[in-house]
Amino acid sequence: MHTVTVSPEEVKKIGKLANLKLQENEVDLFAGQFTKTLEVVNELNEIDTSNVDATYQVNGLSNVTRADEIDMDRVLPQNIALREAKKTHNGFFVVERLIDSDAEELI
Amino acid sequence: MKQLHELTIKEVHDGYINGDFNCTDLVKHFLARIERYNPKLNIYLALNEKVLEQAAAIDKEILEKGITRPLLGIPMAIKENFLTIGMPTTASSNILRDYQPQYESTVTQRLLDAGAIFLGKTNMDSFAHGSSTETSDFGPTLNPWNIDKLPGGSSGGSAAAVAAQLATVALGSETAGSIRQPAAWCGVTGLKPTYGRTSRYGCIAMGSSLDSPGPIAKSVEDCALITEVISGQDRKDATTSPSPVEKYSESLNAPDLRGVRIGLVKEYLLPNMSEDVKNLILDAADKLRLLGATVDEISLMDPRYAIGVYTVIQRSEVSSNLARFDGIRFGHDRGVLCEETKRRIMLGTYTLSAGYYDAFYKKAQAVRTKIVNEFQEVFKTYDAVIGAVSPGPALSVGASKNQPMFGEMEDVLVEPSSIAGLTSVGLPCGFVDGLPIGLQITADQLKETTVVKIADCFQRHTNFQLFPDLEKTI
Repeated sequence: MHTVTVSPEEVKKIGKLANLKLQENEVDLFAGQFTKTLEVVNELNEIDTSNVDATYQVNGLSNVTRADEIDMDRVLPQNIALREAKKTHNGFFVVERLIDSDAEELI
Repeated sequence: MKQLHELTIKEVHDGYINGDFNCTDLVKHFLARIERYNPKLNIYLALNEKVLEQAAAIDKEILEKGITRPLLGIPMAIKENFLTIGMPTTASSNILRDYQPQYESTVTQRLLDAGAIFLGKTNMDSFAHGSSTETSDFGPTLNPWNIDKLPGGSSGGSAAAVAAQLATVALGSETAGSIRQPAAWCGVTGLKPTYGRTSRYGCIAMGSSLDSPGPIAKSVEDCALITEVISGQDRKDATTSPSPVEKYSESLNAPDLRGVRIGLVKEYLLPNMSEDVKNLILDAADKLRLLGATVDEISLMDPRYAIGVYTVIQRSEVSSNLARFDGIRFGHDRGVLCEETKRRIMLGTYTLSAGYYDAFYKKAQAVRTKIVNEFQEVFKTYDAVIGAVSPGPALSVGASKNQPMFGEMEDVLVEPSSIAGLTSVGLPCGFVDGLPIGLQITADQLKETTVVKIADCFQRHTNFQLFPDLEKTI
């Protein structure tokens, strides 16, 4: 059985992918903890699943659709949708600039 | 004569009808208890500021029309992950510390439509990530039986609210164990509905292929009454089942269990489990036999494999679900997320990332199929399977610290049924060292009637549903 070691560098990379800023001590802590957790997960390789399909949904429903119509019951009025936002402008959410920004390039 | 906080749903309604007390009296009684005991136990994080106004309206309705709604005037505690208009909803995380919900969850709306009155919102593990309430950003809840002990989790506040009798009934939610395990550690009764039986709309998501809202109460009867109100298809949650909802309360009061076939899972009597806990489960099996059921020892996959399956599926789904907390549309910056939340998001990001998806995520979902198939095979012969909810009684405050898989390990006996989307009741079956132990009675999907019938019959013929005297324990 193969063992998996998660390195501090990988932890930093995952942190970026997950949009999380980590403290330096968390990087080493998580690297050790992830390695240990994956040891437990690796025990799944003791089970032969060569002829078994994956189960992503357990209650047998698939392709649940609805009519393509506006349903006011699931639409938030604009003032409520915007109410909890930090910054708004003319009825829109204000987001941070992603393109041509000074921020370090993601991954 | 029972005091107001000791009454079940039916007893509250009898009191209203007989004019012994009204909803305002009952609510004031609970508010006084909350004021006295909550500062120590840390069960409620927020109270409903309009509760007395709402109680007065209910009293008026009862005077004019009588009790025409199934939960009219029933005071409830609601877990912090259900969106409730007018009451803050934080999921016990700083990222939502001042969030005011923009809509109402389907299950709380159904409770309100049925006439229930909400006392407040209860503490939980942050984003339901844990089995102790110790990952809450607002401090742990303490176990009403012994304040040196944890209440379990993630619905620890809701279970403790019922055990401390600071509400008539409570609403919780379970991903894998989060209703049954805190109910077991607090010595109360919880019902985990089939996946898709109760709507997830407005319940802050953890593992979307697993999350199941459900009740925690003083009795199987009250769990059945709540479950039949909150169950049913919801067009706002495409995974809810279109099957009609049965009247679970009609399965109550079975005189015996003749003709019921039950499997006692031998792998759930873990090698490292204390003999005292094992004996309580074997005693419960004997009791079920005395009530007329057939109980055979059966074999299922070693539950330790469920730990790996659950860890991967849950963390993968967490990483996806918590991406929405970006601090732009609502909530604060991701920097305030606690260590446990970050750990779960990141491991899930890892297991879903290129190069690891097949090795971890797909493998876990394949083993999940084997777990599902194994239960299907068992349910061809048996109506239900039983075992302990938790390997032992409540652990001490601090036990989850530096244990990154604390929840997964503590919930080893309830993870297989959650992974397969089954329904299950957890109820008290005895005490070890003065702390309650829980029995799980688990049946196939949509067989809530079966678990209610067996658990209710067991509960009516045993005397394990007890409550701590808070004047002595606090």
